[in-house]
Amino acid sequence: MAGSELSVDTLKSALHRMMLIRRAEEQVIDLATSFDDLIRGHYHVYIGQEASGVGACMALGPDDYMFTTHRNHGHVIARGGEPSPVIAEIIGRTTGYNKGRGGTFHVIAKHLGVLQTSAIVGGCVPMAAGAAFSIKKRGTDQVSLVFFGDGVLEEGAFHEALNMSSLWKLPLIMMCENNSVLPEGRRQGEYPSSSFAATQLADVAKAMNVETHVVDGGDVREVAGLLTELAHRTRAGEGPFFIESRMTRWPGNRGSFPELIGGPHQMDWTWDPGTADARLQDWLTNSDPVSLLCRSLVEEGAMTREEVEEIDAATRKEAEEAREFALSSPTPSPESAMDYIFA
Amino acid sequence: MREMTYSEAMAIGILEALAEDETVVLMGAGFGGLHGDPAVWGQLREKFGDRITNPPIAELGYCGIAVGAALTGLRPIVAIGTGSFSFEAFPQIANEAPQAYYGSRGQVTCPVVFHMRAGIRGAGALQHSTAPQAMYWNTPGLEICVPGSPADVRGLIKAAVRSDNPTIFIDHERLHPLMGEVDETSSGDIPLGVADVKREGSDVTIVATSIMVHRALEAAESLADQGVSAEVVDPRTLVPLDKDAILRSVAKTGRVVVADETQKSCGVASEIAATIAEEGFDSLRAPIKRVAIPNVPIPYHQSEEDYVTPTAQRIVEAAQVICS
Ligand SMILES: Cc1ncc(C[n+]2csc(CCOP(=O)(O)OP(=O)(O)O)c2C)c(N)n1
Ligand SMILES: [Mg+2]
Repeated sequence: MAGSELSVDTLKSALHRMMLIRRAEEQVIDLATSFDDLIRGHYHVYIGQEASGVGACMALGPDDYMFTTHRNHGHVIARGGEPSPVIAEIIGRTTGYNKGRGGTFHVIAKHLGVLQTSAIVGGCVPMAAGAAFSIKKRGTDQVSLVFFGDGVLEEGAFHEALNMSSLWKLPLIMMCENNSVLPEGRRQGEYPSSSFAATQLADVAKAMNVETHVVDGGDVREVAGLLTELAHRTRAGEGPFFIESRMTRWPGNRGSFPELIGGPHQMDWTWDPGTADARLQDWLTNSDPVSLLCRSLVEEGAMTREEVEEIDAATRKEAEEAREFALSSPTPSPESAMDYIFA
Repeated sequence: MREMTYSEAMAIGILEALAEDETVVLMGAGFGGLHGDPAVWGQLREKFGDRITNPPIAELGYCGIAVGAALTGLRPIVAIGTGSFSFEAFPQIANEAPQAYYGSRGQVTCPVVFHMRAGIRGAGALQHSTAPQAMYWNTPGLEICVPGSPADVRGLIKAAVRSDNPTIFIDHERLHPLMGEVDETSSGDIPLGVADVKREGSDVTIVATSIMVHRALEAAESLADQGVSAEVVDPRTLVPLDKDAILRSVAKTGRVVVADETQKSCGVASEIAATIAEEGFDSLRAPIKRVAIPNVPIPYHQSEEDYVTPTAQRIVEAAQVICS
């Protein structure tokens, strides 16, 4: 199924989710930088990767499992999570998905199939393979999808899980989000790296007899098209699959403390990247998945600028409300540190 | 003497270790953590760039490579980063390094230093707050350094590098910005296994290491206001442990609080308390108190995190119970 066949309504709802992630993450950065005591440590946002998460989650059904990493906020919202309990979790409130126990690194939402979120690089892949193992043993037609960064391929845990998922033909989709790719390399190209010896990230999975795909992670249609097909094939017993989803790093994503260059995204920047901060212009022109989708929908006549801006305004409002919800939510009592130790 | 941060003193110690022995190499250079001052830590790369290897995110692999390098004539200092990440390397740290010398009956040595920043750092939550010193203490053959002051970190990192044994070197994110005096005109050498009395007193002994030394000193200050004279003993290294210094102090005071930021069960405080009970029982005039982390993982929000953190206030309360 080619991605371009997605209906306009489907694309609109994908755009809505992507913008919602963008606006929610902007609130997270603002909360971290405006208050000393809300997000006290380092944290990671999903700005610039929205198309990959949203496109992939469009392929999942309600009973499927999803695993993610330190960069989880966007994945949880892409999966259908509401921004309010996500942001509440990120600032440790009792209304957060895990009642403030996990914070930014560990947003967990069982009702979305998000069972354990690990901030250990590589930690999620064996667990996701384990969920796939259990699906196979239980004989259901669920899928286990795991998002992880390119750095995970440097960890041994990945390779062990890859081998077993291939040996045992597990219903597992490994979605490797490579956020270190230059714009021209998103469709093809090698992976020159001082920390990974293979020429292509997918080479390792190929050697283990796992079918691999490379997708432009900045293009939600491509991602959704590919993942929908692979999810069908996974349910038909053809898994596992390894996907390298390539994207270009958002310039504000520097080190462990992201920076909102020029403030929150303005729709003017989408229509005319030349109006943005110089550090953002190239990225907005060639790589920002939200801006690319907005412009292509308008160029194709699927939406007007005004319709796009209405969606943007709605998501901005939703994210602001989520922020207020989180800020007005209670903090855990000190003694509650002692709850939920054993089931 | 110069006032400097713990972080700067550690950098000085590492630079001195590199300068004095050309077999010293660094696996990674992220000793300063997320907030490491580039003016301080940049010197490693400027002066010894050719002795730094930047590994992939592969703790098991690069710790193993450091073990192999240590078996063959190099003295690696490995920058693992957050203490929780050392669990990814546990097979090499626990199964291989400490057994090389013993297993070969002395044919080979394994002079590797595994450095990590451990403990409750503030929002580290479940996977960035672990203090693994007690777990490593249960692994015979590993030396363990837990320095709490700038002068101690400078001296002990050099001692760890010179040692022919594998050494776990644990500091604490919250120690890095703390200030203290360091004498740069002397070598500042400190042998492994020698405790330091950080404050003299006569009514109660507080045994504390790493970040807890500062909380113990704060507690001693407020106990003094209440007329209780507390002595603070910092073993500085857990392996080897300066039992004599601890027992000497307990013989003087007859009362002891062991304060430590590891979990209470089978933690650092437990082992020290057991040693005192076994070998210093006759000196004791009251039960030994442990101030440690309850047996839970570390939660995210500050209110819960503070609840599980062993603070100066909790040391004071424990001392009050046994001194009343
Ligand atoms: C086992 C382990 N080692 C090191 C780290 C520190 N760390 C956190 S994120 C990160 C980089 C991860 O890169 P990648 O997988 O590409 O994800 P990205 O942040 O680019 O999304 C590292 C090294 C960690 N969390 N866990
Ligand atoms: Mg990456």
